[in-house]
Amino acid sequence: MIGVLNQVVSGIATGGIYASIALALVMIFLATHQINFAQGEIAMFSTYIALMLIQAGVPYWIAFLLTVTISFTMGMLLQRFVLEPLSNAPILASVGAFLGLLLIFNNIAGWIFGYSLKPFPTPFGAGEPMFGGMISRHEMGSTVVTLAVLVAIWAFFRFTKVGLAMRAAAYNPVSSRLVGIPVARMLALGWGLAAGIGAIAGMMVAPIVFLDPNMMAGVLLYAFAAALLGGITSPLGAVVGGVLMGVIENLAGAYVVGTELKLTTALVIIVVVLVFKPSGLFGKALASRV
Amino acid sequence: MPMLLEVKALHGAYGESKVLHGLDFVVEEGGVTTLLGANGAGKTTTLRAISGMLKTQGEILFAGKPIQGMKTEDITALGIAHVPDGRGTFMELTVEENLRLGSYTRNDKAAIAVDMARMFELFPRLKERLTQQAGTLSGGEQQMLAIARAMLLNPKLLLLDEPSFGLAPLIVREIFDILGRIVREARMSILVVEQNASLALSIADRAYLLETGRIMMSGTAADIAKDESLRRSYLGY
Ligand SMILES: Nc1ncnc2c1ncn2[C@@H]1O[C@H](COP(=O)(O)OP(=O)(O)O)[C@@H](O)[C@H]1O
Ligand SMILES: [Mg+2]
Repeated sequence: MIGVLNQVVSGIATGGIYASIALALVMIFLATHQINFAQGEIAMFSTYIALMLIQAGVPYWIAFLLTVTISFTMGMLLQRFVLEPLSNAPILASVGAFLGLLLIFNNIAGWIFGYSLKPFPTPFGAGEPMFGGMISRHEMGSTVVTLAVLVAIWAFFRFTKVGLAMRAAAYNPVSSRLVGIPVARMLALGWGLAAGIGAIAGMMVAPIVFLDPNMMAGVLLYAFAAALLGGITSPLGAVVGGVLMGVIENLAGAYVVGTELKLTTALVIIVVVLVFKPSGLFGKALASRV
Repeated sequence: MPMLLEVKALHGAYGESKVLHGLDFVVEEGGVTTLLGANGAGKTTTLRAISGMLKTQGEILFAGKPIQGMKTEDITALGIAHVPDGRGTFMELTVEENLRLGSYTRNDKAAIAVDMARMFELFPRLKERLTQQAGTLSGGEQQMLAIARAMLLNPKLLLLDEPSFGLAPLIVREIFDILGRIVREARMSILVVEQNASLALSIADRAYLLETGRIMMSGTAADIAKDESLRRSYLGY
């Protein structure tokens, strides 16, 4: 019983990371009706930037803030110079662009930083696990950080004028322009936020899985499954789906399929959701926009 | 009277298919101008052209300045509010959020609050439904929401695209009564396009008759409403 509880608690910790990436996917989907397959690789690349800064002697939390800022800018520039020019291109062209970005980031990271696994520091200390050995300090700390990010993002969209304008631009670009919202700028901002969230998720997951250019491949798959499970049109669904995925992954790995086949649970969930309930737990039924 | 909007030799097309074939018309400062015409005449396209939603040739001057080629959001920010064809409701957002979006370009918080209160006086139904998802409103309520949202821009020029479309006569009457009140008290100009000519002529000062992308006739609303043969052949009432 204690074993199960352990798995659930640590599942919630990794689930938070899936939730952040899933939220980034949903944000981009709402604004563009496309899945950003490069989301994970952008996060991985950002994490390397953080490692470089830390190795150069920059204190962890300053490196953290710098990395988020750099990633935010990178996301905005990507939207402005790569995706915006493709906004009227056929769907296959933009899927191609996403996959191209994925490969480019992966290869550049491998070329600059090499393919070996690199340890990544945690700011939360090595110390004893907390709550009677149930959860490591890093898991605890990363859960708190992730939660803070999710609450901040929610509050931003719910309570600020720019957040409202971003939602409006995502739902109804034509009407948005007619009330004076610069839609392209809102989209760039959305990309910046998504890249920033991804960077934080990358920095939180790297101490657990070690940093290498393929670090986010598995995470992206879980996050994608989480976004579908929660409903690809629902930010709340992404968060709930992410936490559920973390817990399901851990329980399945420990008791059902074994750690070797854990990743297949994500694939199974993707297929089951697409076949039986494409709108997910919280999403709206999709018209043929995809 | 000074002209708020001057449109000269306006041509417009969707891709290869030409829709507007050289329109000339003006909107006077402070008045209501109506553009009448049958379904497919190019009324919606004309409003879209003014708002920079399609590529055009010719000249569009707003308060004397050319606005052609500007981005839609920048044209809006100059003070041109457009209640579009289909009402443009932000379906997923609440009524209150829809209204707040109307004042997106403004920073004068106190004045926005005054305008918002005024909209609730004019449209008490919206006040009752503030927290409701806008997509759940009836057609008439969505039209009221669209007008209120546009008014919250505090516009110099209000473009209205068939405010009567698809609504029951009673609701249409209510909406046009309110528009009449807005016209009387607000210092702004209105360009309203309508298929329902008698309705539009009832609030307009000046009218233009549009047929397949060309202006066929213009005059004061009173003269056009009086012209028996015109009414029968073009306006259908
Ligand atoms: N988005 C569009 N793409 C192509 N043709 C269009 C589009 N919208 C309208 N049209 C065509 O342009 C002409 C004028 O349409 P519109 O301006 O909507 O007329 P009205 O508003 O007077 O009914 C019609 O022949 C219509 O079929
Ligand atoms: Mg029309």
